[in-house]
Amino acid sequence: MHIPDNFLSPPVWATLDAIAIPAVGLMVRQAGRELDDTRIPLLGVMGAFVFAAQMINFPVGVGTSAHLVGGALLAYLLGPAPAVLVMTVIVAIQAFVFQDGGVLALGANVFNMAVAGVLAGYWPFHMWGASWRRSAIFAGAFLSVLVSGSLALGELLISGVAMSRLMIGATLVFFAANAAAEGVITIFVLLAIEKLHPGFVQKPGASNGRILAVFSSVAIALGAVGFLLASAAPDAIERLGIQLGVTTKTVLHAPLADYTIGSFVESAWVRRATAGLAGLLLIYAVCAATARWLVRRRSV
Amino acid sequence: MHHVLLDRWSQGASPLHRRDARAKILTLVVFLVVLATTPADAVAVLATYALLLAAAILIARLPLGSVLLRAMVVLPFSITFAIISWLAGDPWRALALVEKSYLSTVAVLLLAGTTPLPLLLGGLERLGTPRLLVLVAQFLYRYLFVLSEQAQHMRLATACRAGGSSRGRRSSFRAATGTLAVLFARSYERAEGIHRAMQARGFSERFSLLRTARFGTGDGLFLLGVSAFLVLVRLG
Amino acid sequence: MTPVVDSSPLIEVRDLHFQYEDGTQALEGVNFTLQPGETVALLGANGSGKTTFVLQLNGVLRGQGSITVCGLPLTKQTLPQIRSKIGMVFQDSDEQLFMPTVLDDVAFGPLNQGIPEEEALAKAKSALERAGLAQVANKAPYHLSAGEKKRVALAGVLAMEPEILVLDEPTTFLDPPAERNLLQLLRELPQAKLIVTHNVRLAASLASRAVFFEKGKLVASGPVDEIARRFEWTYSDLPPADLRYSAHRRF
Repeated sequence: MHIPDNFLSPPVWATLDAIAIPAVGLMVRQAGRELDDTRIPLLGVMGAFVFAAQMINFPVGVGTSAHLVGGALLAYLLGPAPAVLVMTVIVAIQAFVFQDGGVLALGANVFNMAVAGVLAGYWPFHMWGASWRRSAIFAGAFLSVLVSGSLALGELLISGVAMSRLMIGATLVFFAANAAAEGVITIFVLLAIEKLHPGFVQKPGASNGRILAVFSSVAIALGAVGFLLASAAPDAIERLGIQLGVTTKTVLHAPLADYTIGSFVESAWVRRATAGLAGLLLIYAVCAATARWLVRRRSV
Repeated sequence: MHHVLLDRWSQGASPLHRRDARAKILTLVVFLVVLATTPADAVAVLATYALLLAAAILIARLPLGSVLLRAMVVLPFSITFAIISWLAGDPWRALALVEKSYLSTVAVLLLAGTTPLPLLLGGLERLGTPRLLVLVAQFLYRYLFVLSEQAQHMRLATACRAGGSSRGRRSSFRAATGTLAVLFARSYERAEGIHRAMQARGFSERFSLLRTARFGTGDGLFLLGVSAFLVLVRLG
Repeated sequence: MTPVVDSSPLIEVRDLHFQYEDGTQALEGVNFTLQPGETVALLGANGSGKTTFVLQLNGVLRGQGSITVCGLPLTKQTLPQIRSKIGMVFQDSDEQLFMPTVLDDVAFGPLNQGIPEEEALAKAKSALERAGLAQVANKAPYHLSAGEKKRVALAGVLAMEPEILVLDEPTTFLDPPAERNLLQLLRELPQAKLIVTHNVRLAASLASRAVFFEKGKLVASGPVDEIARRFEWTYSDLPPADLRYSAHRRF
């Protein structure tokens, strides 16, 4: 889901730009350590491959077809850090050349799809890909789409974009369906690739495990919580946004269907949501700083 | 295809085309930030920005109608949310959403339509984007056309053999998977071929980023002038 | 065209063997010499080892046996020099022209040779002029026709000022006018040339001799028409009666 400009409120897109820059920078440096310049054409061609692959129709239901997003697939083929790199380039080119996603919102889109999505996609593979390969691949592809979508949805809600409960529910179901499709497509394509090029796919757990595991876990946690919060209490998120001073407009009185909140849910959720999100962001900041410190230490 | 058209537009020779990529990128950012902070009811401000964009399109000698049409790609998204906002009782926000998202899309289209991608990438690199990102983007863009054409041909070939739809979802799913795998294999072989060609011409270790463009006074004036205008309109 | 027989051959290959990773023997006991000023055509079936052979000459593929180029034995240390001496034009122009613009691509070789940027650009521009393509310098490669791409690829190689040109199937995808242009250009170039080709007409008009590859072995060397006749290496003109499609025929 590519968020255009003028949907997110300034504090939200500015924060995400500020988060995305060091996150991507870290991954780029990691990728630079794993590969030399001779691999650059391969990365570029793989990126072009994903672009082209996104055009292919996969029939998945009556009259419906899905398309590959490719974040998890890239991670399995190239490793997580190069995959983040390539996905960042893809999202950026989609923004500038295809006007798919905004320029100020680029940080948000890159964070959602290229960083969190890719790392969340790699995490199951890293964790249990050695023993239960196919389920790991499916879970990874599923998570990558779900996490990026949920994060986007959360960011929109926190910015005060009005969405009824029904709409949010429908969107989440839509994300889950796409995620499932991604899982299925990724497995089949990966197996087909392996038949042509045996041994090309990454070995699970091969790359710089600790740092990436930390990042990936956080990404998934953020996405999962975003998903839960969005589904359970969209108004809570909005209220949080107002409390944090991040929402620009109050659009809480939506007269659209299915809109009832008990006061019990209201208060409990607001408190929990605030604590939860704040805690996660804190953990993320600590992880990022630790990871950066670890990396610097290692390279000395 | 969209990127083919955009590529052709970017090969033009207007005063806007000649500006350094850095100046254009920074001006775009200023425009977007100013636009983002413009309140929903500042109609005059938004109208001025719209006129400015239209003028820029004409100066760049790009087809006005075509540009405005292509920018509409953002509208389905914004109109949906606008309707909800309107129904939720905030008509100003709804209108602003549509106007502002459309204007930002036109602005980005302007940048892409007056700056060939290699120069845009060079500008981004000069502004601090990591070298690795820029180089991968350069190669991705170079092979985007080739591979998307290949993918289209393969889709066509598959469609020619599909017959009726009754053959089943499963087999067409399998066909799509096969197409992707073959596309991957060819892409990988292509990457190997590029590697051999690089070696044959003595590639040793690093790519050198060519042609340091100069940021001239014209570019400085452009950047400062337009930014000042935008801010003044916003505040005034 | 009589070959100029000089004391030192430009390329000398002795007993070259090469095996692919999966074990197939791609080249077996190949011996070959290229004299200064010669143009040699490499003929043979697809998969007979012609391309594999030429990729050995500049070290892109590494086999067993001895290869000497312009007096230099092919080793890891001499690779950069040898790659300056042998200019290779690949069959797939899209793989060869990998830079964003034509000028960037043609300048790639000189830059790798350590030539400073301004001089490299100047060399690139003059190489493009020699190939008759100065006007496309700032275009992106995918805007060019197959023939233009091939000539740009050649310019990219000429900019490195090699002594030997190697061309792998240069006329594939070229229409007759483009092929004529390329032939004209090649005829004007003074370097010794190795041309892998199926195009016997091209071979006959440019090459002083031909060698024939069969299943990884270099089995014959001699004048082009002699080799072509001996191995029946021509596209046949269809005799109308014999080759009418018949349902009863078994192929």
